[in-house]
Amino acid sequence: MNRIVVVGASAAGLAAAETLRREGYDGTLTLIGEELDAPYDRPPLSKQILAGDWEASKLALRTADQLSALRLELRLGAVATGLDREARLVHLADGGSIGYDGLIVATGVRARRLPGQGGHVLRTLHDAVELRKRLGPGRRLAVVGAGFLGAEAAAIARGLGCEVVLLEPAPVPLAHAVGDRIGRILSQVHGEHGVDLRTGVAVTAVTDGGVLTADGALVEADEVLVAIGSRPNTEWLEGSGLTVGDGVVCDEFCRAAPGVYAAGDVARWHNPLFGEEMRIEHRTNAAEQGMAAARNLLGAARPFAPVPYFWSDQYDLKIHAYGHLRGHDLVTIVAGDVAERRFLAAYRKGDRLVGALAVGMPPKAIRSWRQAMAMGASWSSVVSEGVPS
Amino acid sequence: MKVEFDEPKCVAAGQCAMVAPDVFDQRDDDGVAIVLDATPDPSLHDEVREAAAVCPAAAIRLVEQ
Repeated sequence: MNRIVVVGASAAGLAAAETLRREGYDGTLTLIGEELDAPYDRPPLSKQILAGDWEASKLALRTADQLSALRLELRLGAVATGLDREARLVHLADGGSIGYDGLIVATGVRARRLPGQGGHVLRTLHDAVELRKRLGPGRRLAVVGAGFLGAEAAAIARGLGCEVVLLEPAPVPLAHAVGDRIGRILSQVHGEHGVDLRTGVAVTAVTDGGVLTADGALVEADEVLVAIGSRPNTEWLEGSGLTVGDGVVCDEFCRAAPGVYAAGDVARWHNPLFGEEMRIEHRTNAAEQGMAAARNLLGAARPFAPVPYFWSDQYDLKIHAYGHLRGHDLVTIVAGDVAERRFLAAYRKGDRLVGALAVGMPPKAIRSWRQAMAMGASWSSVVSEGVPS
Repeated sequence: MKVEFDEPKCVAAGQCAMVAPDVFDQRDDDGVAIVLDATPDPSLHDEVREAAAVCPAAAIRLVEQ
């Protein structure tokens, strides 16, 4: 293998490229990125960047020296538009194409939008900088969607002195992700910080002066942030013969086809630890899966079986979650005190421990739960005895 | 190898302490990482590189000598 192309120059693509070099791959290595910026980190966009606490330069995932040490053909501002697996070519928007022997697809996701003009989304550095400019004391911000991104942005905007209304179609924010009870606990803090959280409100369009709801009402706002999830960037793979269905479908080795692997937000793979197909939009998964895909492309043949992990910062709450919480049967508080917002919740599915979510708990209290999940622990083996040892 | 750690960037994920427990730990109160050994033994270099690579905040920088 002398030519490897990585499409996507964010966390997953960069991790893949670095791993290829670290594992001794010495051939041509092309990293293609749609954005003009060198690889940068996204979680701070809805935190320190939106708050104005950090300069954009602090987001750089690697220094210029570190990037040049990778001996990359770095193609920033280049958009992949097609894949010809027969000819082993990636086609680009500028009309050029790049040949490969091995390919890693790490094209990520893009923010979903609503009909109408003028709403912000928050996915790129540019998005965050543009929104930041328009926030300040007395500005009215409507955030559509009270998921983790919308909740983080609402918290930051409040801190900047904005009047914030947070609109959520479900009766309880985050219930689909963390369960009804935990969703209620997490959403209480918005009201305490002066955010006007309105649940059961579906927004149909962004319009002049605010957003329109499904019942025809106008919610007035100076700025609108649409935070209603994302879509995998897979359109360029149409006609390639790869299986695409809410992401690039891969086996447990992150392999989409011979010589073609996928990693990060765009990859839907079979996680053997949970026995389920999943697509994970978490920062840690991007790096870990980029590394795994790179190693498997070079022949490691190691299944990718991680315990997913994410964190979220909202006001003074620090939330950490391990595992695959979606689709759980039962949630139970196993440590701490919900009233003090210092607790650890365990998630059960069948007879398996599938998740743990902690708010304000010491990190070592969470780690043992993660280890139990990594070993595929049964629910009864850990929860009936309390905290796993 | 020298381990440099940008503490303000740390998000307390603890990935480093799981991958390279001889070199990284976490503070008890807030989970922010601690470097136990800034010039780790060569036998630990692979896991330290892995820890730097999986850090979700890009807060660990390695100077390879």
